[in-house]
Amino acid sequence: MPSLDDLRKRITSVKSTQKITKAMKMVAAAKLRKAQENAEKGRPYSEKMNNVILNLSKSITDKENAPKLLVGTGEEKVHLCIVLTADRGLCGGFNTNIIKKAKSYFEKIISENKTLKIITVGSKGYDQLKRQYKSYIVENISFKESKNINYFDADKVGKIIIEKFEKNEFDVCAIFYNKFKNVITQIPQEQQIVPLNEDKDVSGNDNDYEFEPDEDEILSNLLPKNISTQIFKAMLENSASEQGSRMTAMDNATRNAGELVDRLTIEYNRSRQAAITKELIEIISGAESL
Amino acid sequence: MSNLFNIDIVNPEQSFLSKDNVFEVVIPAVEGEIGILKDHIPIISFLKPGIIRVFSESEEQSFYVEDGIVEFKDNTLSVLTSSIFDLKDADKNFVSESISSAEAELSKDNIDDQKRFLLNHKVEVLKSISIN
Repeated sequence: MPSLDDLRKRITSVKSTQKITKAMKMVAAAKLRKAQENAEKGRPYSEKMNNVILNLSKSITDKENAPKLLVGTGEEKVHLCIVLTADRGLCGGFNTNIIKKAKSYFEKIISENKTLKIITVGSKGYDQLKRQYKSYIVENISFKESKNINYFDADKVGKIIIEKFEKNEFDVCAIFYNKFKNVITQIPQEQQIVPLNEDKDVSGNDNDYEFEPDEDEILSNLLPKNISTQIFKAMLENSASEQGSRMTAMDNATRNAGELVDRLTIEYNRSRQAAITKELIEIISGAESL
Repeated sequence: MSNLFNIDIVNPEQSFLSKDNVFEVVIPAVEGEIGILKDHIPIISFLKPGIIRVFSESEEQSFYVEDGIVEFKDNTLSVLTSSIFDLKDADKNFVSESISSAEAELSKDNIDDQKRFLLNHKVEVLKSISIN
């Protein structure tokens, strides 16, 4: 049985932890609103980009000479995986969920005897993957210094991918991130960006576009940009998810701490009462024996 | 009938400009400037460094762009660009920095002709901005 003093100390410590988690929750809530706004603002760009690419790829008739970024290298031997995670912890299952998704993909690749290469973006992903997949990780990028998600950072990652593709270092490239559904639900996503998965959604707008210069040249200019755009989109979704996840996790922690404080307080009061009763009995029985 | 159409300029972070009352837009497409009026045929092209001029009934706006994609369809002109700023709020330091970084790039030996052309062009446009 812990002494009264011990209990009192524990109650104070739990209460101060609760204060911290509560503050973190509120900070996350504020950041979440901003992140969500940013994610929404960024949507038109990637949507329009997709539209243009869709229209362009429809009008390409000569599939064999189409840019390789669109149709692939014709092989599927080397897979490059970009794992996008957060730089900070204390956000519930956010990082773990992405890693889990990525790991199951890695296992599939390895069991099929294909070559695996990993680029981690965000330090938490690197920390969790380096134990098991150290030899596969080719690059580890972190944007801890940038305060906000910006396109410039995404473009850097995009350029690395393009450079590797031009050197024929991989055939297929997939990115892993969390898609923001709502505050409670974030869905880990796996998205293939090279070769581009052609959307089946061929809505019948047969606009005959005029291309200047020709389709191929536009595509080869556009596709690298599309990769950066997709990464940027993933980063925006990720940051909204991270804050949402952290908010939920911290809300739970605050509630748990509250429960713990209640329980400890009851225990404290009980043992205090027990001590008083014990003293009273001692006094009474002392008086009786006189 | 009105001769107005819509323009949307978006960059990755947000929607930069959206207007529905423009009657002419001049864009610096890669093979030369294109002036777009209402009912232009659908076109997709991409940009070289230059100035987009947007003429609406009440005003004329100019923007500097470095690169981007344009699509015109159903009387809506969409411009996707990652680097754009209004000439009115052009930052002198930023412009001169861009000029010097482009010139530094130009002085390298291993660039191909197309890139050299684009860089030369960029320097030219930026210089014309800084003079005004």
